[in-house]
Amino acid sequence: MDFIYNFIVGLIGVALFEGIVQVLIWTLEIVAIVVPVALAVAYTTYAERRVIGWIQVRQGCNRVGPYGLLQPLADGLKLFMKETIIPARANKFLFVAAPVMALTPALLAFAVVPFGETSLFGFWDEPHVMAIADLNVGILYIMAISSLAIYGILMAGWASNSKYALIGAIRATSQMISYEIAMGFSIVCVLILAGSLGLSDIVRAQAGGILHWYFIPLFPMFIVYFISGAAETNRSPFDLPEGEAELVAGFFVEYSGMWFAIFALAEYAAMILIALMTSILFLGGWHPPFEFLSFIPGTVWLLLKTSMLIFVFIWFRATFPRYRYDQVMRLGWKVFLPWTLAWIAVIGLATYAEQIHENLSFISDVIGFYQPWR
Amino acid sequence: MIEAGFFYLFSGMAILSALGVIISGNTMYSVMWLILCFFNASGLFFLLGAEFLGIILILIYVGAVMVLFMFVIMMLEVNKTAKREGWLQYFPVGGMIALILFIELVAAATSGIFTSDKMMMMSHVGAEVNNTVEIGKVLYTEHLLGFEIAAIILLVALVGSIVLTIRERKDAKYQNISQQVKVRKEDRLRKVSM
Repeated sequence: MDFIYNFIVGLIGVALFEGIVQVLIWTLEIVAIVVPVALAVAYTTYAERRVIGWIQVRQGCNRVGPYGLLQPLADGLKLFMKETIIPARANKFLFVAAPVMALTPALLAFAVVPFGETSLFGFWDEPHVMAIADLNVGILYIMAISSLAIYGILMAGWASNSKYALIGAIRATSQMISYEIAMGFSIVCVLILAGSLGLSDIVRAQAGGILHWYFIPLFPMFIVYFISGAAETNRSPFDLPEGEAELVAGFFVEYSGMWFAIFALAEYAAMILIALMTSILFLGGWHPPFEFLSFIPGTVWLLLKTSMLIFVFIWFRATFPRYRYDQVMRLGWKVFLPWTLAWIAVIGLATYAEQIHENLSFISDVIGFYQPWR
Repeated sequence: MIEAGFFYLFSGMAILSALGVIISGNTMYSVMWLILCFFNASGLFFLLGAEFLGIILILIYVGAVMVLFMFVIMMLEVNKTAKREGWLQYFPVGGMIALILFIELVAAATSGIFTSDKMMMMSHVGAEVNNTVEIGKVLYTEHLLGFEIAAIILLVALVGSIVLTIRERKDAKYQNISQQVKVRKEDRLRKVSM
């Protein structure tokens, strides 16, 4: 009984005394991230349709509202009004839970993204990082959470009780697992250079203009990370899991209405996250490319870089034909993996040569054995 | 106080979900219970201030290992009635393993490392120390030998599993790109005299 008492008293204590203000701030912070992300997702679909339209020499959506700007809202309304059909032989619980499991990690990952540094117009003495939680293992958190997104897809494919959906889910799984490895190794290169797992520390390590950004020493890793990101989020040309030519619509073939929209939402949120992470890890985060441009707020720079990368994703989709499945696997395992491993060796040696003196003394510590570290 | 509350929440949920793994009839649900169990275990790590271990637990076990589990289970035709058969047949071995594990747990719990005063000390180390750095230091100095042995074992297992699955298939129409590029007109065209 003691621990139940402790638990309840603890909860009441939080709610009554120290908690209310803190909980309110947390709620505001979460709203301040989730609402812009949802809007960004909506207007990314709009941007995608317009940009692909222009690339294919047509107009794209331009009917609803000025320049078609209300199209995402009309789409949302349409999907909301549609009937949700659950197949008769489907596993109902997992079928309904799957979209939720797909969307939750996509939104959770935004909790550690540092959107910039601010001193709130001189209110604080030193600048604070604009993130809900500035974890010191932020990059690992992002990797862990984004690897959970696969469960939504797996559940959707299995619970639909349909061959197409199952094949789509299986393809998605093997694709995401393959590319996660290349992604992880390219992040390792960034970690070696930055010397920290915290996202804000990684951005701070890139301060001082475009020449200090990591995409220059790590150019191959930048490319690998970005392309793996496209494969990880099932974006074209890696959209095999939903390849409409072979699998109708892949893992969400049985979904309709709002549940279908949630899958689309999750996919676009993941795409925005990959673009954000690429700009944070390789393109200097909130730092301007040149010092004289620093009068523009850092957040604007970060969002500009992100928008540029999202544009590149859309550009991919409009220009590249879809890969064949064995080619997707070949690219992941036989091209990206050796590249990343080689580049880890290169970067490792480079940093090793820099601190060779310290490292020699470190080795003598090890050989001299039982010198416990301290 | 709130910490104790969360501890009981996480450990209680971990035990319940571990029970769910073995009780639930559907293999798919078992896997999901196991995932919930891992989440709660990682919550316990977070309570101890070991955020690196907590995240790694989710990253490796939930993000990779369980995905592969689910991947395999999805493709199996699981027969629910067949699972209940042969219960008595497996009981002696399973019971032995359970007993050994139980003895080990009791031995560990009574060894004096996990007394309450020492645990209190441990739980408050993480607040000011960056435990990613600390783990790295310990792993590459004091435990270097064990770490390298584990790495070699994993490497051997990796190579072994790849070697086991290699099959030379003569009938596979796998294209050789360099051969395709090198093709001349003479290789493909043949004049037939009429």
